[in-house]
Amino acid sequence: MKFDFHKNHKLLFGTIFWGFIFLSLIISVLPALWVQRENEPLPASEPMTDIERKGLNVFIGEGCVYCHTQQVRPIEMDENWGRPSAPGDYARIDRQDIWRQTPAVLGSERTGPDLSNVGERQPSAVWHYMHLYNPRSVVEESIMPSYPWLFEVKKSPGSDETVVSMPEDYAPEQGQLVATEKAEALVAYLQSLKQVPMDAPASSVSNEETSKEISESQKKTIDGASIYSNNCASCHQNNGEGVQGAFPSLVGDPVVTDEDPTDHIRAVLYGMQGVPIEGENYSGIMQPFEQTLSDEEVAAVINHERTSWGNDAPTITAEDVAEVRNNDELNEITAEEE
Amino acid sequence: MEKKSAVLSEQRPLTVEKSKVGERIDTSLESIRLIFSFVALSAFWLVFGTLVGEYVGFKFVWPELDSVSWLSFGRLRPVHTNVLFWGFLSQAMIALALYVVPRTSQRELYSYRLGWTSLGLMNISVLFGVISLMMGINNGGQEYREIIWPIFALFAGGLILVAYNLYKTIADRKVTEIYISNWYILAACLWTIILVSIAYLPGYQKDGISQTVIQGYYMHQGVGQWFTPMVLGLTYYFLPKLLNKPIYSYSLGVLAFWTQMIFYTMIGSHHFVFSPIPWWIQTVAIVFSVGMIVPVTAGTGNFLLTMKGSWRSFARSYSLPFILVGVIFYAIVSYQGTLEAFRSLNKVWHFTNFTIAHSHMSMYGFVAFLIWGGIYGLIPRLTGSEPPQLAVGAHFWLALIGILVYSIPLMIGGTLQGLSWIAGESFMESVNLMTPYWVWRAIGGTMMFLSHLIFAYNVWKMRPSTWEKLTQVSQS
Ligand code: HEC
Ligand code: HEC
Ligand code: HEM
Ligand code: HEM
Repeated sequence: MKFDFHKNHKLLFGTIFWGFIFLSLIISVLPALWVQRENEPLPASEPMTDIERKGLNVFIGEGCVYCHTQQVRPIEMDENWGRPSAPGDYARIDRQDIWRQTPAVLGSERTGPDLSNVGERQPSAVWHYMHLYNPRSVVEESIMPSYPWLFEVKKSPGSDETVVSMPEDYAPEQGQLVATEKAEALVAYLQSLKQVPMDAPASSVSNEETSKEISESQKKTIDGASIYSNNCASCHQNNGEGVQGAFPSLVGDPVVTDEDPTDHIRAVLYGMQGVPIEGENYSGIMQPFEQTLSDEEVAAVINHERTSWGNDAPTITAEDVAEVRNNDELNEITAEEE
Repeated sequence: MEKKSAVLSEQRPLTVEKSKVGERIDTSLESIRLIFSFVALSAFWLVFGTLVGEYVGFKFVWPELDSVSWLSFGRLRPVHTNVLFWGFLSQAMIALALYVVPRTSQRELYSYRLGWTSLGLMNISVLFGVISLMMGINNGGQEYREIIWPIFALFAGGLILVAYNLYKTIADRKVTEIYISNWYILAACLWTIILVSIAYLPGYQKDGISQTVIQGYYMHQGVGQWFTPMVLGLTYYFLPKLLNKPIYSYSLGVLAFWTQMIFYTMIGSHHFVFSPIPWWIQTVAIVFSVGMIVPVTAGTGNFLLTMKGSWRSFARSYSLPFILVGVIFYAIVSYQGTLEAFRSLNKVWHFTNFTIAHSHMSMYGFVAFLIWGGIYGLIPRLTGSEPPQLAVGAHFWLALIGILVYSIPLMIGGTLQGLSWIAGESFMESVNLMTPYWVWRAIGGTMMFLSHLIFAYNVWKMRPSTWEKLTQVSQS
């Protein structure tokens, strides 16, 4: 047989076959092997628990990955999703079982927010249950699908079951809404999505440094309304009216309209849970924003709340926030010394 | 190298009048049956798959359309993509290849039994795949390899049989030269077998992001080493045949072939620009994405220069306009793809609906249009039954206007999404601003879907008139 691609089919298709295998080895199989060998979990991260793994399976099975990335890019526009993702962030994800390969959580589309750090941003299980049962019950304009099949309606739920109370418009007509095991696992997984520091194990020093860096780079535009809609609106809603029974309304709220802003600042800095407001109990929790928002940002968002939706309370400055922070830190130190 | 191949100099004109198709090609009854069955099943999957796409598209505008687990967005989206990839496009391409390869090798297909077995395996695989995906069982949510391996192995088995069948046919050809179409077609089959094996084998993609390295490779080789070379190979046959003149430059086709193989293989990771996979892989991918300009320009240039001077044939043919549109979209999406790979532009477009526009312009405007050109060019000549002219025209215009109405708004919306993120606006801003563009997508998608119903009707009209009549014809 001649050496002629046009006439010798063994030569032609042999070259095509082995040539492609060779190229594939160079560009995919060998790099993958190398990446797998270098696979080191971040020192501060914890192994996934059983329930979190189950949750990841629900996450994959329901196709959440088609709308949500878990991939923060090292560019400025991604900064509000967290620090840039590193290979170690994914090191604990592995093959689920013999039938299914390693889950692809990085994603290719961001129809919904990035979830790399959602456990930090949205720690409240109550919020997640309501959101999964019907996203529009907490985010009015959401286009995310509802997942009612992760819940059951029961006449009289047992005491060990997770009862989810929905606002009237969304609640089932009769009986109580109970989260199934799948929903519990999924929410546990979502709550576990917290970025851990890159090198040193979690320590307050590195946390402070990163939050300082972040606040440096975010100085450019501090706009109370957009801080509010990024950090607070999912619970308190854009109209400030909250969600009945779960998240309080800030319209005419005694703390928000108080002349003395200390309690307002404290609520934002340290979060709140289980404190009745005007005699009503709220099932949700509010996370602290001490680490995530700078003094300027806290002041901006507080001023937004104080002057919107008919609220008309005196505004504050970043110095007021700094003062509360410093006083409380001092008190804490003296409390510890005593 | 500029010598004419034996196949092309052969005088077998295909009439290109719009009104009539002319002589039926003298092909064995068995071959007509097999090819038509592939075409008919692919038409079914097209209608089913785009019905799903349409429904999924509506959900962006009306998220509360239903609350049934089997119909939820996250489960139906992979049904949409996998049905169209493995049910519609793949089987339609194989149908045409089962004609082109024996024809250009001037012999019968090596084995019809193997052909039927492939048909069975592939369709069972897609059917079970659909059911499992709707049940919420998928292969780790990895795009285009969502079907779990025990089910996808059936498809791979079918594909291996197709490759073997075609290889045997080529090996025992009655001409000395292997026509360029066969390079592309058989190469596509071989590449895809390798690619699917690499995608599903364990060992090097167990933990962490090793999976992502393979995913980037797989995702792009799927489109770049299966659909692209397959339809290009078919076009190297149908275009000259329908125009009744040789391809402009045979050697340009050969150049495009080798550069396609080398460059395309390297660019997979441009799907993960700025991701935590090794930076050098991303850079290699971007550099070769620019390199892709060579095979793309060589390919489209070759086709357009072949068309030059024959524009009147286009006006008179109902299959050639599809091919013209397909070739133009091939050039557009590829240059667009190169732009998307640059870090500066990737920043704006990555993660947005711009990618969705790119995928549909490529899979639809390029691949599906070339396939339709081939089907309308071939099937009436095989079966002797013509589709109604008006219906083919309606299919063409609805599909063309549909894809434009689908993709142009998504390109605009996707760009605005990216700019909104860069400007640091609240995330919901980028969801809300998409609403009008998603409505346009639903409108364009409806037109496309209607055109597919018409296509299915046309396939029905092109069915072999009656098997008995056919038998007589082929015996006489
Ligand atoms: C059709 C696309 C889509 C799908 C599928 C989807 N989501 Fe969402 N998701 C969104 C959008 C849009 C938002 C932003 C609006 C909102 O908060 O509801 C969102 C928000 C979220 C948030 C809040 C993020 C934040 O930063 O406040 C979480 C958590 C979430 N989704 C989890 C999930 C889970 C879990 C699934 C799968 C069971 C899922 N999503 C499926 C589109 C989607
Ligand atoms: C995860 C949901 C959630 C988020 C996000 C959230 N909150 Fe809250 N917030 C709550 C809940 C729940 C309460 C009531 C807690 C209680 O009663 O113990 C509350 C209480 C408050 C109060 C005190 C009201 C009172 O009368 O004591 C203020 C002020 C407040 N939030 C402001 C904010 C601001 C500002 C942000 C954004 C930076 C924010 N919240 C984000 C859930 C949330
Ligand atoms: C009626 C026509 C069609 C409609 C309405 C439609 C609709 C959709 C929708 C809504 C999505 C999901 C987009 C998202 O997740 O944001 C999608 C994805 C996709 N569709 Fe279609 N589609 C149609 C036809 C086709 C055809 C014919 C093909 C290919 C042959 C195709 C291939 C794809 C691919 C590859 C994706 C994934 C895109 C990506 O991840 O970038 N679609 N389609
Ligand atoms: C040769 C030139 C091409 C280049 C350089 C190119 C480049 C790209 C890039 C960079 C992306 C990722 C976009 C992002 O996520 O930000 C992409 C996505 C895509 N391309 Fe291309 N493209 C080319 C041609 C094609 C062709 C010919 C096809 C179809 C046959 C195609 C089909 C797709 C599909 C389906 C996706 C979506 C993948 C997904 O996210 O699911 N591309 N392309």
